[in-house]
Amino acid sequence: MTERPDFANMSCPLPLMDHDSIQLAHGAGGLLSADLIDKLILPRFASPELDKLEDQAVLDLPPGRVAFSTDTFVVSPIFFPGGDIGDLAVNGTVNDVAMSGATVHALSVGFVLEEGLPLADFHRILCSMEAAAKKAGVRIVTGDTKVVGRGSCDGIFINTSGVGVIPDGLNLSAASLVPGDRVILSGTLADHGMAVMTVREGLSFQSSVQSDTAPLNDLIRMILAAGPGTRTLRDPTRGGAATTLNEFAKASGVGIKLDESAFKVRPDVAGACEILGIDPLYVANEGKLIAVVPADQAEAVLAAMRAHEHGREATIIGTVVADHPGLVAMKTGFGAERIVDMPVGEQLPRIC
Amino acid sequence: MKYLDEFRDPELAKGLLEEIRRTVTQPWTIMEICGGQTHAIMRFGIDQLLPPEITLVHGPGCPVCVTPLETIDRALAVAARENVIFTSFGDMLRVPGSRDDLFRVKSRGGDVRMVYSPLEAVKLARENPGKEVVFLAVGFETTAPGNAMAVKQAAAEGLTNFSEIVSHVLVPPAMEAILSSPDNLVQGFLAAGHVCTIMGWDEYEPIAARYKVPIVPTGFEPVDILEGILKTVRLLEKGTPGVENQYLRLVREEGNPVARAVVNEIYEVCDRKWRGIGMIPRSGLRIRDELAAFDAEKKFRVEGIVTEEPEVCIAGEILQGLKKPHECPAFGKECTPRTPLGATMVSSEGACAAYHKYSRKGLS
Repeated sequence: MTERPDFANMSCPLPLMDHDSIQLAHGAGGLLSADLIDKLILPRFASPELDKLEDQAVLDLPPGRVAFSTDTFVVSPIFFPGGDIGDLAVNGTVNDVAMSGATVHALSVGFVLEEGLPLADFHRILCSMEAAAKKAGVRIVTGDTKVVGRGSCDGIFINTSGVGVIPDGLNLSAASLVPGDRVILSGTLADHGMAVMTVREGLSFQSSVQSDTAPLNDLIRMILAAGPGTRTLRDPTRGGAATTLNEFAKASGVGIKLDESAFKVRPDVAGACEILGIDPLYVANEGKLIAVVPADQAEAVLAAMRAHEHGREATIIGTVVADHPGLVAMKTGFGAERIVDMPVGEQLPRIC
Repeated sequence: MKYLDEFRDPELAKGLLEEIRRTVTQPWTIMEICGGQTHAIMRFGIDQLLPPEITLVHGPGCPVCVTPLETIDRALAVAARENVIFTSFGDMLRVPGSRDDLFRVKSRGGDVRMVYSPLEAVKLARENPGKEVVFLAVGFETTAPGNAMAVKQAAAEGLTNFSEIVSHVLVPPAMEAILSSPDNLVQGFLAAGHVCTIMGWDEYEPIAARYKVPIVPTGFEPVDILEGILKTVRLLEKGTPGVENQYLRLVREEGNPVARAVVNEIYEVCDRKWRGIGMIPRSGLRIRDELAAFDAEKKFRVEGIVTEEPEVCIAGEILQGLKKPHECPAFGKECTPRTPLGATMVSSEGACAAYHKYSRKGLS
């Protein structure tokens, strides 16, 4: 049987370079630095602002309030089922900016590269960042590259910052929830966290779990069009849905009542969670959001989400209530009720 | 998911609850042994659905909870050594010793790694011949075969750089300690299904006969637990104590003879301290003398570290089913999962931690 053709590299070939891995000199500002930027980075991130190679990007933004966010990505391993550190870094910041309702315009990218990182790996990451930025419809307009000695970082760390402009009159806030509002989750839980965990050293077992990393700015556009009264949007990344919902309840001084049967978890993800003794409510997602909307707009928002590729499995998971302010409660499948608490620390696989 | 959804089926659960209601005629106190069962009871709210005649009390079956402070302190001393790769299951990493936990040792430069199987620790020993690899072997009979297998494998390969800190505990002596206490309230047991997967149930027959209690090996899903309660209540109401297996899909009377043989080959029964309870005779496992080269406590000479439990919390009474977590004045106040005062708040499977996580709503 022949190997599967590598389409990524057919469209995105690694340019011929003098070295096959990152050298300290690649970060020293001399010829090798210029080589890395000109041959490897610029061809992937071409934008009018970046191509000028000034010390800063000068942006012509439409009028309005600017949403601005930054995030640093240190995921290990850097390649995981369903994605890599590159598309994660683009999608993560696009989503953080977009959760304000802003149209995301531009990203900055800062790389910290470890001496010895294979150039082929770096190139693969750049290609996936290019594809992610294209899919999200954002430009990478400025950047920076530093090289650190072997052992000073774990292959590659990426910082991305993003700016967007918020439409007039839109004021999304976690502190604006009122009793009666509906809570909508855009899809299945725990895909990203379990995809990464199942390939981590010491835990590796065969599974088909894939990260859900995805840009959500287009989905958000649809949500806000269908639900102009939307109270707040947030992506339940680290700490999972349970953390985000607790943050909402505390910020607004309301209770949230969830329905356990409304949550969806893919069977393979549920299996991995069961084996490791981990609750999917606390596991990171990278392509999901939680929207809180007034009750009379919930059905319209739900329909709009389900019509979008990143919201096909959206469901109403709960209601904002006046009872138990600051606490999130869940009706179990048997009709009993329990608390969904903030996690204390990282979830750890149990002994038995 | 197959083998899971059917045991979380609300309709089946409703039928079992109805049958329990029909069967019960008087108050009964039943103890679930295992922390995994406690966790499921709180997570699915089973305690809220049972008829008021039935009181569930939570047993000592959380290995993280009952591992004595002394063992943790010894583990921390070994983990802090130069040239040691210290390995452990995930949830032991956070357990505080007298002053430290493994995470903090790691942050100061200790090589502490989470493994999912003790055989991964053996692999690390094979790959790092210049390092000492130590595995923290805690747990009940369930994890003992895997941990014993790691020693057996290391011995077979002639590895001299692998050793274990062993703090295994056994369920039947703890049950006897509870039943023979003058304050005992427990009238029936849901035995820990996974322990019985290894050990079978023949060792429970004499306990059931001597103390006239029903003992029902029970699984961990809501339908399992409700069926286990129903079987226990039936035996109690009929006045016919004995052992009856609920966990049919996994538990055989003889358990798993191959696993039991490996445990007996590597470990032997010893007296063991339980955190929150104290010394229980013949309630633990330790590495046999002829395999002392694999005993990390001997190898690193940490047997001299002795730690007394602080007398601040009622974990001992909770682990024996005498009190419930919310009856402790410190519960949810000075004592939380972030600031645990005692054993049962330490692990996510401890009874206090389960109460704190799932049913704090009534607290103000």
